[in-house]
Amino acid sequence: MTRIHFSRKQLCIPYGLFLALFVVIPMLLILFYAFTEESDGAITFTFANFLNFFTSKAKLSTLLMSFTIAIISTALCLIIAYPVAYILARSRLKKRHVLLMLFVLPMWINFVLRITALRELLDLIGLLGTQNYLNTLIGMVYDFLPFMILPLYTTLEKLDNSYLEAAADLGGNQFTVFAKITFPLSMPGVISGVTMVFMPSMTNYVVSDTLSNFNITILGKLIDEYFTTYNNWHMGSMISIILLVVIFLTMLVTGGFRDSKQEARGANLW
Amino acid sequence: MEWTYNDVARAKSAVRAEKMIQPSAEVSANKNMRKPNQWEINMPERKKEEKIIEIVNVSKVFDETTAVENISFYVRKGEFITFLGPSGCGKTTTLRMIAGFDIPTSGKILLNGKDITDLPPNKRPVNTVFQRYALFPHYNIYDNIAFGLKLKKVPVTYVNDRGESYTKMQRLTRREIDEKVRNALAVVDLEGFEKRSISTLSGGQQQRVAIARAIVNEPEILLLDEPLGALDLKMRKEMQIELKEMHRKLGITFIYVTHDQEEALTMSDTIVVMKDGCIQQIGTPTDIYNEPANAFVADFIGESNILSGTMVDRFTVRFCNRNFRCVDDFERNEKVDVVVRPEDVVMCPPEEGMLVGRVVSVVFKGVYYEITAMVGRSEMIIQSTQSRERGDIIGMKIEPDNIHIMKKEFTTNKYDGYITKRNTVVFGDGEFDCDVTTLYPGSALDEEGYLITADGKKLDLTDVDVSVEVDLKNIEISDNADEGGACGHIVSLIYKGDHYQYIVRTEENEEDFVLDSEDLWNENDFVSVKIRPENIRLKLKQEIQ
Repeated sequence: MTRIHFSRKQLCIPYGLFLALFVVIPMLLILFYAFTEESDGAITFTFANFLNFFTSKAKLSTLLMSFTIAIISTALCLIIAYPVAYILARSRLKKRHVLLMLFVLPMWINFVLRITALRELLDLIGLLGTQNYLNTLIGMVYDFLPFMILPLYTTLEKLDNSYLEAAADLGGNQFTVFAKITFPLSMPGVISGVTMVFMPSMTNYVVSDTLSNFNITILGKLIDEYFTTYNNWHMGSMISIILLVVIFLTMLVTGGFRDSKQEARGANLW
Repeated sequence: MEWTYNDVARAKSAVRAEKMIQPSAEVSANKNMRKPNQWEINMPERKKEEKIIEIVNVSKVFDETTAVENISFYVRKGEFITFLGPSGCGKTTTLRMIAGFDIPTSGKILLNGKDITDLPPNKRPVNTVFQRYALFPHYNIYDNIAFGLKLKKVPVTYVNDRGESYTKMQRLTRREIDEKVRNALAVVDLEGFEKRSISTLSGGQQQRVAIARAIVNEPEILLLDEPLGALDLKMRKEMQIELKEMHRKLGITFIYVTHDQEEALTMSDTIVVMKDGCIQQIGTPTDIYNEPANAFVADFIGESNILSGTMVDRFTVRFCNRNFRCVDDFERNEKVDVVVRPEDVVMCPPEEGMLVGRVVSVVFKGVYYEITAMVGRSEMIIQSTQSRERGDIIGMKIEPDNIHIMKKEFTTNKYDGYITKRNTVVFGDGEFDCDVTTLYPGSALDEEGYLITADGKKLDLTDVDVSVEVDLKNIEISDNADEGGACGHIVSLIYKGDHYQYIVRTEENEEDFVLDSEDLWNENDFVSVKIRPENIRLKLKQEIQ
């Protein structure tokens, strides 16, 4: 019986096919739809969708709304998650893995179930229907917090204690050591956490719909409406592309694409 | 009573530390009592007495393991002191307690007489060079070195418009920092490296940056935690010389931690030898090498022959069946460890030798040959520039100066022996009943006298070499010569408060039995030695095929 040998190139074929089928072709399709329009069965190339988006006040305010909600919930997640991750990673607690598990456990429960439960809870304390923005933010933070804690925890746990000792040795008090050494060295974790929270907060309209009683519209919702309610695939595709560009630009600013060396040191989950 | 190495070591280190502290205490007391005379005034401050750091009865316990156990010593100002010991001996923990990274479980650390035991690291005028350097990867070389300087505040005196001067704590200016960083880089030979990133440096260069980052703060004490451990041999030798040179130029106190005895001997003014969290010896490199305090130090520092001996007279020690003149005096009949450095054994023709032996191995080591000779049952290692052939009979001479004698504390008698056909054991010029089944757990003897092991193997123990241990308290003596396994004369008796310690020496091979007994016997009594089978501990020298 002859043994079959695969070269590395051959082994790549299935993945190549997968990428082509589910990434490249769909992207090209979206691009195609975004820059075309259909009238009487004839498809023509156009910038109309693009101009339409940036001249429509409603759409621009939706973009602004999505952006604001995403930024605020990411910031809240970071503020809440950093101390948690820091305490879990740097303390000598024997049961810290159990504690970490408790923070991450909600991720294993069905997302819709969690949000529905949260909605009932907010209803109970009287926030539902009155505080739409707040509710949406609470939902986003509640949902995406584990995605911030995990990468932060991994980076902080791997942080070599001798850096902190060296900084203290050179005269740094606890605050200086944190500000000049611990935080900068945990940046890879911060970046991956921010990215993992920011992107879904821009688009996850289940949270905003459920918790604001459909009063808050974010970009994800808008895309959904164009594809399903209005049946306008061209506009939907255009908004998708604009969203993609916004996220890309945000990552450029936060440094998500920084040199690979730094990422190797950190713990990027994506 | 089971004797442990630690007990003696601790007792010794305590004695040693006391010895070291006492003279200076006396001096200061004297100064207070009477006016200094002219001679004393003219003398410059005696540097030797200036203690910069003092460790008093410090212990450190992590969870349940004791890393450092009740150590006391001091460091003189400007000294290059090295903690030397095998890994896990507590040397790094001691350093970390001086740096402030670990807080002692008990005891005190004094810096210039002030208690700094609980002071955090940033409040101590000491800086550390870390084992893996710990250079901040997100800063370039300049920022790494300037890190401490930027945080530092120095007193600056101003004069206000009314002509009164006042002092304010101020940060260093940009110019001052620049200059200090440049100087520090010059000291470590890395001029012009300011803007380079840490990841572009070689191990040796990182090492230098780590040193620069520490010395730029002008600490009172520089702590170095195995700083050369990660470098290759050649680099290490170079850095040793450079560090020594740096110490001379900067004039600050260096506390160095290493497990490399050669490094310690090369660089230090004082060496603190540690083992199992206890100090074994404190002394200059020459002291430590020439007068090791105990067998551990002798063994750890350089190569040595450690032999068992007995003091037979004043300045006379007996080992390898021969008396040697020596320069140390111990009590007569005391069992001692004799340490002879291999380079101190001089080879000569057999008829002229104090000892005669047969060469069993010759190894060429570059500068010298390492020759191993068997003298009776003892092994003697010799370093010589002359070679010998295997099997040669050689004579050996040892100068009295080169015979180092250390007190031996013992609770067990140790012998080399062998098992006989009758499953008894022969050692110490006698034959004793014993339980050979203890050699193999779960084994038993069959009718023919073969040993059946737990997994059913049949073994013949006849002539198998064993090491034998008998505790002092388990040996009895009787005046009926036929009753015991061996006979001899009592050569020594020492009253130890509640019992006598006897040494019974056999006639044939001069084997000694050391024993404790409450009965009174006389010196030179001829007695027999009795040991109950269950008190003879046997151990196989090698596995039986």
